[in-house]
Amino acid sequence: MKTVKSQFKFHGGVHPEYNKELARDKAIEPIPLPKTLAISMSQHLGAPAKCVVKPGEHVAKGQLIGERSGFISVPVHASAAGTVKAVESRQGPAGSWADAVILETDADQSATPSVALAPLDWKTATKEELLARVNDAGICGMGGAGFPTSVKLSPPPDKHCEYLILNGAECEPYLTADYRVMLEHADKIRIGVEIMRRILGGPAVRIAVEANKPEAIAALEKAFADIEGNVELVVLPVLYPQGSEKHQIYATVKRVVPEGALPIAVGCVVENVGSVAAIADAVVKGISLTSRVTTVSGDGIVEPKNVLAPIGTSYADLAAFCGGEHEGVRKVTSGGTMMGFNVPNLSIATTKTTSGLLFLTAKNIFQYSSEPCINCGRCQRACPMQLNPAGISRAVEADDISTAEHLGVMNCIECGACSFGCPAYRSITHLCRRAKNSIRARIAAEKAKAAAAKKV
Amino acid sequence: MLPKQTGERYILSSSPHAHAKSSVSGIMLDVIIALLPAFACSVWFFGVKALLVAGTCIASCIVTEALSRIAMKRENTIGDLSAVLTGLLLALNLPPDIPLWMAAVGGVFAIGVCKQVFGGLGYNPFNPALAARAFMLVSFSEAMTRWSSSTWKAAAGVDAITTATPLQYLKTFATAAWEKMPDADRVLDLSNVSFLKATFLGNVNGCLGEVCSLALLAGAAYLLFRRVITWHIPAAFLGTIAVYAFFNYGMNVNALKLAEVHVLSGGAILGACFMATDYVTSPISAKGKLIFGCGCGLLTMLIRTQGSFPEGVSFAILIMNAFTPLISRFTQPKTFGAK
Repeated sequence: MKTVKSQFKFHGGVHPEYNKELARDKAIEPIPLPKTLAISMSQHLGAPAKCVVKPGEHVAKGQLIGERSGFISVPVHASAAGTVKAVESRQGPAGSWADAVILETDADQSATPSVALAPLDWKTATKEELLARVNDAGICGMGGAGFPTSVKLSPPPDKHCEYLILNGAECEPYLTADYRVMLEHADKIRIGVEIMRRILGGPAVRIAVEANKPEAIAALEKAFADIEGNVELVVLPVLYPQGSEKHQIYATVKRVVPEGALPIAVGCVVENVGSVAAIADAVVKGISLTSRVTTVSGDGIVEPKNVLAPIGTSYADLAAFCGGEHEGVRKVTSGGTMMGFNVPNLSIATTKTTSGLLFLTAKNIFQYSSEPCINCGRCQRACPMQLNPAGISRAVEADDISTAEHLGVMNCIECGACSFGCPAYRSITHLCRRAKNSIRARIAAEKAKAAAAKKV
Repeated sequence: MLPKQTGERYILSSSPHAHAKSSVSGIMLDVIIALLPAFACSVWFFGVKALLVAGTCIASCIVTEALSRIAMKRENTIGDLSAVLTGLLLALNLPPDIPLWMAAVGGVFAIGVCKQVFGGLGYNPFNPALAARAFMLVSFSEAMTRWSSSTWKAAAGVDAITTATPLQYLKTFATAAWEKMPDADRVLDLSNVSFLKATFLGNVNGCLGEVCSLALLAGAAYLLFRRVITWHIPAAFLGTIAVYAFFNYGMNVNALKLAEVHVLSGGAILGACFMATDYVTSPISAKGKLIFGCGCGLLTMLIRTQGSFPEGVSFAILIMNAFTPLISRFTQPKTFGAK
């Protein structure tokens, strides 16, 4: 495998304070099994899984508790052996409500043997078997969006995957979960790559890592030293949002994903390194995706850690495991500081996409406001999608959604680079989100109207 | 145990949860700092008069800002320093002998009429300091065009000598003399007039802020270094002036010198680096900025060579301010991935 420097720089980007030193040198540490887990049926992008267990039922670790309910959907498994206490609607990290299985875990986990899928030999298993396994093990993108991995791995018949890109950028401030996985489980990532390469029909592989993770780069170089075929490790410059799918594709292979299209439109499949390691476990050991590494960090937590926790662990349990909160925590963020969601309290539970949990004190929070725009152009220079955020934000403030749409707001990836640099502290990203939501609502209403008209 | 899902213990807000910590007042302060060398030069050349004019303009701007915000029942915005900056810029655009009450009226017009009437910072279509200067040129035309020689020259017991500015000289004397001259004698002895050295280092006549190009360029370099402005508008503005002058005066060595005079005098550098780059009244995109800068330069030269005013920077920028929305509209960036 060759290591190369990225030659292609996308427009814009910003340099937030990374603060990764808080947790980067903390080895992945498993949390003692919490007494209660809340496992959401909607941990991924697409249709929520259909719950197949009832209150009172006893489940084994790895047992299917949520069935895939559509093409873009992912099954959910029990993260531990225990008794289903309730199936109720609970608020997720992003604020939306979804059904969750409340599981009271058994004190003696060894009493109930866990349910594992049959281990597969990836060298001899067929493409279909491997793809079915990725699907059955409930794997989705663990970087943030949670796009079902099996959907990514089955491109439409007219499309061919030329490049498999591993996303190890982890450009969000504070987060070090992917970094630790690359450092400690580079061998798993290699097996995951071999499996994905088989499923996708042997594309070239590009492993994209930001330059601020030299130890992870060294670990990957060692693990991939003797891999055959067209595999390159691409060292990306440190620039937020380097981990954005479209921008990573540009930085590694200089292809531009057309407006509104998926990466496969330019022959690329991008997958988070954590998901790739999960694929290896699912195939080689038959383990479903029931736990993940989450970075617990920030100046408001006593001992920042990279925690391996079962899916459904409450944020309160994570905080307690990390020594609890310091005095004066004002914001708790699920994910990084650029794109993460604030949570109202610690009753929220982890999902397959919970990459981080940050406790921030007053010193590290900012009040965004809606002061007038002075037209300085910093947002436009920072926008990786080359939009005109100032114009969009002014249009949305004036309730002129059609102008915002005309200015391309639907292409906004909500990375936050515009708000980050705004000297007037305008909540530009939020205004873009508002415009996108109302445009989506309008399109949905138009569709419903058209469908109703057809019926008549 | 899972805590009950009730209540909000923490602040909820939309992402991002990080900020570069830049601020509007920080930007304004940077521009003020960048103007200090030029202001210091004007104090050096014009003495206490410069301090009085600037003090009057700034005070008048701050008071007008505060009073109009009270009248509009809006929050006080003195803290963003934009009124201070407008006052300083206005002062640098006034002749040193301007009566102080006129300077005060200029400040009231700049903030009251050109800025707050439109809703305050961010909403004004024209650069307030320049609009006020234009207003004063029309209202107090005599006082606005009476130039005393700087105190440096006015030694030997003379209070002040009124003389022409370099561009007035070019327009009224040199051009007329030039046209009467036989071809062979058409060598304008600029070294005699010492324009170039004088305008670059100071010691010429003009507004407070246009006497020393070196100080202005030092300030512009600071703004570029701090990334408050980009190179596009100043380069396009001054470049257009230089090219226009070079072709206008016959494309020879003399024309080159005259091009330098045009770039270095008449507030071109002050206008190009500090006034035309005003965020609110200029386009955002790089392409838009280049068009805007070229337009300013072209209009400046048209006014200087074809119009009746010897100087054209203020009107050129104001006219281009009016075109800013149109330029912005036609220079929207192309979205990443758009066809």
